This record gives sequence, C-alpha cells and structure tokens, in this order.
Amino acid sequence: MKSTKDIAVLLDEPACEHNKKEKSGCAKPKPGASAGGCAFDGAQIALLPIADVAHIVHGPIACAGSSWDNRGTRSSGATLYRIGMTTDLTEQDIVMGRAEKRLFHAIKQAIDTYAPPAVFIYNTCVPALIGDDINAVCKSAQERWGVPVVPIDSAGFYGTKNLGNRIAGDAMVNHVIGTRDPDPLPEADRSNFPAVSANFKVHDVNLVGEYNIAGEFWHVLPLLDELGLRILCTLSGDARFREVQTMHKAEVNMMVCSKAMVNVARKLNQQYGTPWFEGSFYGITDTSQSLRDFAKALKDDDLTARTEALILREETQIRTELEPWKERLKGKRVLLFTGGVKSWSVISALQDLGMVVVATGTKKSTEEDKARIRELMGEDTVMIDDGSPKALLKIVHDYKADILIAGGRNMYTALKAKVPFLDINQEREFGYEGYRGMLELVRQLALTIESPVWEAVRAPAPWKVKPQSAVRTTPEEYA
Amino acid sequence: MADILKRNKALSVNPLKASQPIGGSLATLGFNRSMPLLHGSQGCTAFAKVFFVRHFREPIPLQSTAMDQGSSVMGADENVREGIKTIAEKSHPALITILTTGLAETQGADVHRNVREFREANPEFADIAVVGVNTPDFTGSVETGYAATLTEIIRALVPEAKTAGTYPGKRKKQVNVLASYILTPGDLEALRDIFEQFNLRPVFIPDISDSLDGCLTAEDFSPVTIGGTPLSEMLTLGDALATVVIGASLNKAAELLEERTGVPTYSLGHLYGLKANDALISALAEISGHEVPERIERQRAQLQDAMLDTHFMLGQLRIAIAADADLLSAFVDLVQEMGAEVVTAVTSCNVPLLTKIPVATIKIGDLEDMELSGRENKVQLVIGNSHAVDTAERLGVPILRAGFPLYDIIGGYQKTWIGYRGTRQTLFDLANLVINFSHEEIPAYYSIYGQKPASELTDYPTSCH
Repeated sequence: MKSTKDIAVLLDEPACEHNKKEKSGCAKPKPGASAGGCAFDGAQIALLPIADVAHIVHGPIACAGSSWDNRGTRSSGATLYRIGMTTDLTEQDIVMGRAEKRLFHAIKQAIDTYAPPAVFIYNTCVPALIGDDINAVCKSAQERWGVPVVPIDSAGFYGTKNLGNRIAGDAMVNHVIGTRDPDPLPEADRSNFPAVSANFKVHDVNLVGEYNIAGEFWHVLPLLDELGLRILCTLSGDARFREVQTMHKAEVNMMVCSKAMVNVARKLNQQYGTPWFEGSFYGITDTSQSLRDFAKALKDDDLTARTEALILREETQIRTELEPWKERLKGKRVLLFTGGVKSWSVISALQDLGMVVVATGTKKSTEEDKARIRELMGEDTVMIDDGSPKALLKIVHDYKADILIAGGRNMYTALKAKVPFLDINQEREFGYEGYRGMLELVRQLALTIESPVWEAVRAPAPWKVKPQSAVRTTPEEYA
Repeated sequence: MADILKRNKALSVNPLKASQPIGGSLATLGFNRSMPLLHGSQGCTAFAKVFFVRHFREPIPLQSTAMDQGSSVMGADENVREGIKTIAEKSHPALITILTTGLAETQGADVHRNVREFREANPEFADIAVVGVNTPDFTGSVETGYAATLTEIIRALVPEAKTAGTYPGKRKKQVNVLASYILTPGDLEALRDIFEQFNLRPVFIPDISDSLDGCLTAEDFSPVTIGGTPLSEMLTLGDALATVVIGASLNKAAELLEERTGVPTYSLGHLYGLKANDALISALAEISGHEVPERIERQRAQLQDAMLDTHFMLGQLRIAIAADADLLSAFVDLVQEMGAEVVTAVTSCNVPLLTKIPVATIKIGDLEDMELSGRENKVQLVIGNSHAVDTAERLGVPILRAGFPLYDIIGGYQKTWIGYRGTRQTLFDLANLVINFSHEEIPAYYSIYGQKPASELTDYPTSCH
C-alpha cells in the first residue's frame, strides 16, 4: 500500500495549474455527491492501450469484472490488451493471506499462456488493505521468469481517476522508461510522400496522453511520418512495451489534450531534459498549431517550412470538403460539457464549422484553459461547474442548445430528456482527430441533429392530442 | 414520388420475384381445412411446395391438376374437374382454390367455367367452397397473387348484406382484418394480442398464424390445413364493427368487402415503425371506444427510447432493400423514420403503390440490379430474403433477412416485426448488424519509422472488433 506521503507527493504536481488551488482535479471526492472513477480506474485506463502487455488486475472480481474490455482504444497489431486478466480474489485468499501467492501464480500463468513482453500488475483496494506487497511479488516474479513485471499500485481508495492517471505515469517513469534504447532509424519507405525529398533530419518525439480512440490517431500519424517525426511512443494509444521503454530518448514530448499524465512530461523533463508542450489534434486550428509547435520546439527551420506547406495543403483540402456540411451545421447551438478533452480545443473545432457554443463545462479546466475559452467565446461566456444531469439539462433548455456534446455517461441523460447528443469521451466509436477526423465529427453531428427521431419522440401520442383520428376511408353510415 | 425504373435487360439474374400462384397458395393456406390446387403441370406445384416447406418448415397441402402433353394441347378442363373431385373425395376440405399458372393461362384455360361445371356435375360436394383465381406466372408476383386470391375468396364467400341480413356493428367486438402477406404468423399473434387489449375480437382474413405457425397437433397427418380462418367466419364479416386492412395490395379486396357488407374500412399500409403503429392504435381506440391501455402506451415509450438509442447506428445509414411493394414500403417508412437513407430499392413488379413510396427511384428488377446499384451507392446494409444473402456477402455488408423465402435461418417465419414491440426488436436487430458488421473503422496505419515488434508486421487482423 502506498503511504499517505507517497500519495501527497503524487498529488503535488507542480506542472499542473490546479496545484495551488483548492479545487484541484485531484481533490478529495465528496461522499454522496461524487461522480467519476477511482484511482484504479484511472491507472488502468491510462495504460491499458499498451497492446502487447498482459494487464493483470489484482483484486476481487469487482475491479476487473466490471471494467475490462470497455474502451474504444485500438491497436494496429497486438491484441493481448483486450484479454481481461484478474486474480479474482476469493474470501479464502483474503482471510488466509493467499492473495500474494495467487498473484505470483497468476503472473506465471499469464506468461506461460501468452508470452507477453511484460506484465503489468494493478493493485486494488482489498490487497492494498490487507497488506499484499505487490512490489515484492512483482520483483520476485520478474527474477524467476525473466519477464518484466511492473507494479502499478493503484488502489481505488488512494483517490480519484485523475490521481490514478498519475500513478500510472509514475509507474512508467520509474519502471519502464529508460530501459531500452530506440531501434536505429529504419530505411524508411517514403514513396507515399513524393512531394518532399527525404533529405532532412528525422526527429524522435513522444506523445503523452494520446489514446488512439477508435483509431483516430491514424488520421494524424501519416502527417507526422511525412514531416519526418518518428513517434518513439504514444503513451499509450496503440503502444507496445518496447516503445514505452525508449521514451527517454525523445527530443520533445507533446502532452496531448489533457493534463492527466502531465507528471510524465515533467519527470522526463527533469530526468532527461526533454522539453514538452501541450497541444491537441481536435479541430483544424489546433491540429495545425500542434504541428507548428513541434517544429518550433525542435528548432528546425527546414521542418518549419515543410510543416507550413503541409498545413496549407491539408487545411485547403479539408475546408473544401467541409463546405457542404457547414451549410447544414451553421448556427446550430452547442452545449459542450467535456471531461478529459480540453474544452477550448473542441470549441475551436466547432467554431471552425460555424456552430455556436452557448456554454461549456469547466469543471476540470485550468485557469489557463478558462482564459483561452474566454478568448474564444467572449467574456460573458457561460462556464458550467455543476455537471449534474439536472443542471446540464437546465442549461440545455435555458440556452436552447441544439445538441449536448459530452462524455458517454451523460449520453442517456440527454437521450432521456430527448436532447441530441454527441459522445466525445473514450468509449466512443468514432475518431475525430486530425484534419480527416473533422469529417467524421461533422457527419456525427449532422446525423444526430438532423435525425427525425427527435420529432418522433417529442410529439405526444396522436390519441393524446385529438380523440378522433381519421384513418377511416369511407363514411360509416350504413342503412 | 418515386421514379419507377422499368426492367431494361433480357436476362433476370438472381431473381427477386416469386410467382402469383405462390401468393395465391399462401392466401389459401390461411383458411381452415383448405387446399390450393395449382392448375398447371406437376412441377408448378412441386416447386411451390418446396418453396413453402423450406420457409415454414411445415408440411404444406398443395395439389396439382397435373397437366400433361395431351391436356396441354387438347384442353385441360377435365384435369381441373377431376382434380377438384379427387381432392373432395379424398380429403373433403372446406375450401379448394384453383390457381392458374402460366401454362394454363397460355393454353386459354377458363377455371371459372370448370368450377361451374364441377358444381353442376357434383351436387354432393356443394358444401365445399371452390374458388377459381387467375394467377398466371407471367404477370405480377407473390403480392398480386395473394391479393387476387383473397379478393376472389371474398367475392365467393361473403354474402351481400341485404340478402344475408348482416349489418355493421351487430357483433359489438368483431373487427375484420385483411392481412397482407407481409404479416408473419408471429406478427398476427402479436396483432391479435393488441386487438384483444382493446377488448376487440379480430377475424384475420386469412390467418396463417393459426395454420402455419409450426404448432404440433393431435393428428399425425392432415392432407389439408389444420387451423386458419374458418370459412364460417366469412358469413359474419358483415356484422363486424369495422374492417382494418393492412397492406396497400389488399385495397381492392377491402373495397369489395365494404361494397358487400357496408362495414367501414380503415386502411393501413403496414405496421412497421412508430407512425404506422400510432395509426393502428388510434384506429383501434376509435373503433372500440376504449382508452389506449397503459401497457400499449408503455410499449410506445419503450420504442421511442429504442429509437433514440439506435439512431446513432441507423442515422444516415445507406440501405438497399429488395422486396415486393407492401414490404418495401414498410421498410422504407421504418428506416426513414430513423434517419437512414434507402439508396437502392428493388422490387419485383410494378404496382400502383410504388409511385407513392418516398424514395428517389425504384427499380423493377432482380437481385443483380440491387447488387449493382448497391455497389454504386455504397450501401452499408441490405434488407432482403435469403436469396440476397450472397448478394450482401459480395457487397461486403450485413443483411437483415425479411420477406419470402427465408430458408437459411430457423424460425424466420415466426419473427414479429410489427407493433411497438416488434418495431423495437427490428431496430435493435438493425443496429446490432451495424455495430457488429458494418461499422466503418479507421484503417490501421503503420508508421514508416515505427518501432512495433517485427513479429507484428505480418498478417495481423486489422480489426479489434
């Protein structure tokens, strides 16, 4: 179990703007009025996309049983991450102190059956409470079977989901990153990018907090290939263990869209001097900005020039393709209530489409985020801190929003209230990243906003309106 | 509204159409103790029989006048008379329908005269209803053959109100229901339940839910149908409160019934989707004078919820439908209500309803036409019968099996499509097909600089779904 001191250290995240304010994303949850996951949830979500690792949840069935295989992240190859593994602790294990032993054998079984390059062990509340020493079990299992076994001490009661993200990041920095040097740069086949000669320096970079939901990062990755940016690792979308190992060698890290694993970027900066910047691939403006920021951070003039050319080409093309959709979406009013995805980044994407964002959620936004939101939406913009279903629906009605854009767990709130809805959180099935992703976004927006079902569910049953309905085809009088 | 594209090629490839005698047989099989007699060569009956056996997985009573070379050339009047007599002697059914085929019609058969001749010669069988129907194979389809047969049965068996002394509303709970071929046995059962909730007694004409529902009976074998609408009911139709007709194809039959009996008609095209069922429930509330039962209102609300849940999968979905007009119209309304687009609509023959179906074009054609148009229009889902399964496979999209025949699944005949509940299940089925088979994923991209393990770079499945 982590000590209170360990947790305090994790909670103190100097790179996070929330750090000094009371209302931090990592603040104590309030009994009876809490929403969102626990530290285990956060840790598992952050690392599960590492596709070739055996992810073992050490605990009773509740932790893995109700959460495995519940994510939209995709892999280009390895599929081990989709296999749910848990020690499924029994009463006997807990009472008789056999949980550690079971874990040890569980690790062996996973290695024997699936031959993974590494095993991740997620600690949960019960073993933490009964005092299982998962660090020791992992260490001896690794020595015994020669496969890296990484402890992720993420008992739910340590704190919120956000804290869990950090615990996960911390585990990567402490146990995985820096244990292997990157492969030598391959003879890359650049035939798909004939416009640019191959005569330039290829830079090594990382993305932190990119989860490849629905494969959306594959909209962006070809652009990075074209620019000559080798992604050593995306932590953790479509990642492999051997990629995570090499993250220390990057020239720059991009924190994608979220502060969840900002401790990774900060620690890599401390330990290896790697600079980092924040960016987002949602929306045209932000995608272009992120590409520019890479060039800027790498201080490569040639890259800057090539980046500008690429941006010009891509923006021109996507704006042409979006034109017919803009007509359909122009002026539509959006209530944005985002969790992990930065509000401002989605706002600019929606504004690119001529939509009106009437209000936005800022519960998890930093002061800096809020400043940016004001800059984008004007001073008197409505910022929502209260994310309760009732409050959200009130705002939808008060501001006559045409659609609510929010995380999946608000979906059925919206639907029950007969309000069009777009899911932008991790469970979604469509990818919105990059220039290409905008096309999917507009398609989904139009699909729900223009759907005839709203009319059908809002109208009262015909017999409630007029007692007589006239499907009769002939007069009933008969002599 | 729809432009009708006529057949424009010599060869029909992977036909969608089944012929009129099939429809005529189906209508007949919905009456108790009945026997369809196809006037043609033996093959006409054998193929029809196999068609039904594979679909319903039931023994099917079906007979043939067994025209041979001699009777084909010299006249087959005797075959008809003898055929009727043989069936009458052997099985003594309540109803025999004489359904002509392409062969008989080309030859110039007059089955109506044959029936009169049989009547005159065999007064001992006066209690057996014998109805001749012109259902040549070379025109129409299942739909028109079914409608024509039902019309002729009504003409033969429903008496004029004046002579019979019937009057509308004499039976305070009875509602006649003219049921289109698109209603399955499962549909009819569900429909009976809905009527009964309004304290109404539906008389289905015909009622295949009582004869082709796959029920084990006390008798080992019966040469004629067991179950179905009893012919005695035909005498009571004039006493009903109202007639509800489901399926535009039966409008002519409904007109005749109203002309005969004066019982008012309520016309519904189909019972797929929210609007169509709202119309049914409104009609039943009006006919019965009862409030809409709470249970039905709850089912309506459940359907609305399902519409919301599934609109994400069905919205803007590009669908191809191959079906006869009544069924085509039903599915078009259902999926359009969900925001899906019917980009390819193929049907088997031209009927007046087609022009009213709200799609751009309807092709009179075959499954090859659907395949070509489907490919061009990038369809994402096909709705059609079992023959269209291969078509869907070649298009690389899932198929919702519907219509006739369904021979590659068990229990297709029993599926309930109608009502708020049936519609809800249909929406779930459609949405599940989309989720499981038709979800357009972003293809995996492999970085040219990537550090993925070498073992992965060969032949991995691209999808994790």
